[in-house]
Amino acid sequence: MITKRIIPCLDVRDGRVVKGVNFEGLKDVSSPIELAAYYSDCGADELVFYDITASSEGRKLFVDILCETAKRVFIPLTVGGGINTVADFERVLSCGADKVSVNSGAIKNPALIGEAAKKYGDQCVVLSVDAKRVDGKYRVFAKGGREDTGLDAFEWIKRGVDSGAGEIVLNSIDTDGVKRGFDCEMLEAVTKIVNVPVIASGGAGSIDDFISLFNKVPDVDAGLAASVFHFGEVDIKELKRELDKNGINVRL
Amino acid sequence: MVCIVDYGVGNLFSLRSSFEAIGQEVVVTSDPDIIAKAERLILPGVGAFGDAAKKLHESGLDKIVIEYASSGKPLMGICLGMQLLFEKSYEYGEHEGLGLIPGNIVAFRGRIDEKYKIPQMGWNAIKFNGKPSGIFKYIKDSDHVYFVHSYFADTDKKHVAAYTEYGANITAAVHKDNVFGCQFHPEKSGSVGLNILKAFCEL
Repeated sequence: MITKRIIPCLDVRDGRVVKGVNFEGLKDVSSPIELAAYYSDCGADELVFYDITASSEGRKLFVDILCETAKRVFIPLTVGGGINTVADFERVLSCGADKVSVNSGAIKNPALIGEAAKKYGDQCVVLSVDAKRVDGKYRVFAKGGREDTGLDAFEWIKRGVDSGAGEIVLNSIDTDGVKRGFDCEMLEAVTKIVNVPVIASGGAGSIDDFISLFNKVPDVDAGLAASVFHFGEVDIKELKRELDKNGINVRL
Repeated sequence: MVCIVDYGVGNLFSLRSSFEAIGQEVVVTSDPDIIAKAERLILPGVGAFGDAAKKLHESGLDKIVIEYASSGKPLMGICLGMQLLFEKSYEYGEHEGLGLIPGNIVAFRGRIDEKYKIPQMGWNAIKFNGKPSGIFKYIKDSDHVYFVHSYFADTDKKHVAAYTEYGANITAAVHKDNVFGCQFHPEKSGSVGLNILKAFCEL
């Protein structure tokens, strides 16, 4: 059977890995290339590189770093951040990315999902969604979680998958940065409405949070996290051993 | 030296890098002379079968690859490149492949239980079919490799080098004489994948 995936996410700005708590107060962590190679050696199943650079110099630096990483790290790489056009897909795919994640770019222009899926295949297009509870409903937020788009999260996700998104990264703003576990309630609901892989993001604080994620939401495919890995609070090797001990199918 | 056939489908950056990482010289080319003279040939591919087969045919590289295969030198198809080795695919219609291995490419949809997500995307274990193929010299039965696919090869058991379990026994790798194929991505399968490429380079 296919294994559950563990995915470290590297937020990259000006060539360095950063991670904010609740998207604010960014802290510099390490070199993305070194960190990617380290995670791959530890058994990470995939890596996400998220470009949070605003300047064009920073964007060029990001692409260089991506190329260097893809020359050294031979596990799947997903790239997100600043993807607004099909040309942006090309820019990162030509540097060794396997999948491209769209978020705000798809909210601004929903046709992007379909255009990219037609050109590169559904498997290449990841729809990343930042969702938050508002008045008892889940709503999509844009701009790194700062702006309420008014879109219903479940409708947006269904629409994305119908347009050709081959995977969903669901980030819960309510649990992100809090380190008290993933948003299993929201994840469970999303796995019921789509038949593409769903990656859980936001809230991992310990190994138990991952065990509880895969036990409570058996249809979730992967757990994604950043700071708990970057700061060494969760060791990926140990995490995968513990998942295995708890009967969760992982690649050791 | 390894030659990767460039026929305008998908990106070859990672594939090239993976061979370089195991110390191989790599040439990525669409030049028929270089392909014909190659010691080892890789047929890559991502995307839809129909488009890829059309590009191979329009460039005339289909005949070059078939000729190369008849020379007896090692050829390996990867992912869609593996599927192209077969006779026919039923992905969005009916398309002719290279016919180097008997069999057809068919959809997961309708052939496996609905609870399985399509595409199969992620790491899955491979089970050798009988005696390990030469490309598995450095890996173990049940090692994990990375898959991304919605279609798979339906072929005679004797051409299957390894299966993977995804709602049924799915063809993961094929081997017929000097022709090899991996449905998964060895260039994205960590050290296991690099070890498969290494073994291929020693054939």
